[in-house]
Amino acid sequence: MTSAPRPDRRPEAEPPDVPGFDTWRAVYLFVFGWFVLIVVLLTVFTAMFA
Amino acid sequence: MNVVDWIVLLATGVGIAGYGAWRTRQVRSLNTYLRGKASTGWGTIGLSVMATQASAITYLSIPGQGFESGIGFVQNYFGLPLALIIVCAVFLPMYRRLNVYTAYQFLGERFDEKTRLLGAGLFLLQRGLATGVTIYAPAIIISTVLGWPLDPVIVVTGLLVIVYTVTGGSEAVALTHRWQMAVIAAGMLTAVILLIARLPEGLDFTGSVAAAGALGKLHAVDFSLDPSRRYTVWTGVFGGLFLSLSYFGTDQSQVQRYIGGASLREGRLGLMFNAVLKIPMQFVILMVGALLFVFYQVAPHPVFFNQAEWRRHAQDGRFRAIEAEHAQALAQSQSAMRAWVQARASDDAAREASARAAMVAASDRALAIRGEARAALLAADPRAKTKDSDYVFITFIVTQLPHGAIGLLVAVMFAAALSSKASELAALGTTTTIDFWRHFRPLAAADEARNMRVARRFTALWGIFAVAFALFAGFAENLIEAINILGSIFYGVLLGLFLVAFFLRHVGGSAVFVAALAAQTLVIVMYFSLNIGYLWYNLIGCAACIVLSLALQPFLPRRAP
Repeated sequence: MTSAPRPDRRPEAEPPDVPGFDTWRAVYLFVFGWFVLIVVLLTVFTAMFA
Repeated sequence: MNVVDWIVLLATGVGIAGYGAWRTRQVRSLNTYLRGKASTGWGTIGLSVMATQASAITYLSIPGQGFESGIGFVQNYFGLPLALIIVCAVFLPMYRRLNVYTAYQFLGERFDEKTRLLGAGLFLLQRGLATGVTIYAPAIIISTVLGWPLDPVIVVTGLLVIVYTVTGGSEAVALTHRWQMAVIAAGMLTAVILLIARLPEGLDFTGSVAAAGALGKLHAVDFSLDPSRRYTVWTGVFGGLFLSLSYFGTDQSQVQRYIGGASLREGRLGLMFNAVLKIPMQFVILMVGALLFVFYQVAPHPVFFNQAEWRRHAQDGRFRAIEAEHAQALAQSQSAMRAWVQARASDDAAREASARAAMVAASDRALAIRGEARAALLAADPRAKTKDSDYVFITFIVTQLPHGAIGLLVAVMFAAALSSKASELAALGTTTTIDFWRHFRPLAAADEARNMRVARRFTALWGIFAVAFALFAGFAENLIEAINILGSIFYGVLLGLFLVAFFLRHVGGSAVFVAALAAQTLVIVMYFSLNIGYLWYNLIGCAACIVLSLALQPFLPRRAP
């Protein structure tokens, strides 16, 4: 029988405590997605106006 | 500037500096002095990181960049969000776990003392020499346009920042950053609203954006792989990632902004705040420049925006002829723009296309005359300053905005100058105290009061050095570029040291130290023997440090005996 994993008490394990985000990985993915969205919007902007 | 402008300027510039010094006059803890209040939240950290990065020259030059070359410069920031994710995930947790005051202490913990001193020394050399430029560069532009004497502008700006940074250290820097960013946001918003309100008659905001696009200013992204193109998505993502990683991850003036705070969460969210907002913010500032280009298709303006430089050299009939040509070209631009506005409203596509072509041709003619003006300046004096784009936005401010708004926008420039300078001084004072003074006085480390006194003295000394440097920079204009080159020569190796520390766990202190020295020597030799763009030295220095560390590690001990 294996013991249940102990909760990680390192500071890195500190949750982001941001509504909708349980882990830092999710926060980073959101920021990366935001960056991709901005590049897409700027590309559309360029196609529309340049 | 009238009395209202002066009241706004003094209330914001001197008021915020005085408030910062007064509120933090009781700081007695070394930790608070060097890292800021332990309760600092993510909002303050985020604003402080943003205020540190955006100096006065950002708000002067970037609209000029949009005016001159369009908004493609926004791509330069594409690597920033990615770099901040890496700093959040890798750099920041390590700095907090080791409870360091400076990034270079981490090098000491990971490698050894000599590598720590090398990293701190590279930072002091690079940032210390650049420190006068953050005061000098905006001061020369503001004093030229407003007709103020340069030296008092430099001295007053320098003294203000020295007073509150020395008094309250990192806590004062973070506190004043909040208010300075509020002034900057209010000022830039005011400028944007007033610019839109003053756009050519018959053009609404959408029409002005369409005009800017037709005039070639709205090419935001470029996926070209052509290496000769200066700003592309690829140079922005890869070059920007590299530069942002060295700046946010290893430059103490930034590390000090996010290393403190209530918890790791606050630092991370502060950095993510910047990762989300930075590109939209730069886009808006660049759009100001693009819309200024449309505005000046119609509004009267000088052929060369640095009027002081123009008047200094433009003495003979050739310059009068250029001014006359420029006036004619402006009249043509005005009528071409009016014709395009009418054609656009007519819903006749062929007429609109024809009017658009005429508008672009008129704009190109005006640009060609600006080119002639620059060539004439150079012919009159080969050392003449021919780059006038930094003067476009400030010229708009002082000639087009109402009183009160002028004072607010000049306050924006001073707030930005003070905010970036304060972070630099705090970082230089902290690094000198913690990494050098304490190294040579290890027994004094326990004496908190003495450490505070020493940190204050070093911060003040760096401030005085910065002011003195800025006062003498006028005698050697090309020093500014020399300092940018110097930065590129040292930044790469510094980043290389940190990347080896974080990602190459088996490499020890001796290997990385020798590799860093060899890489630095290589970069210096290449600089004196090759003719390549100096930004490449960032990449070369970093890559050489990493590769040489790996190559040397099998032959050298992990830790010096």
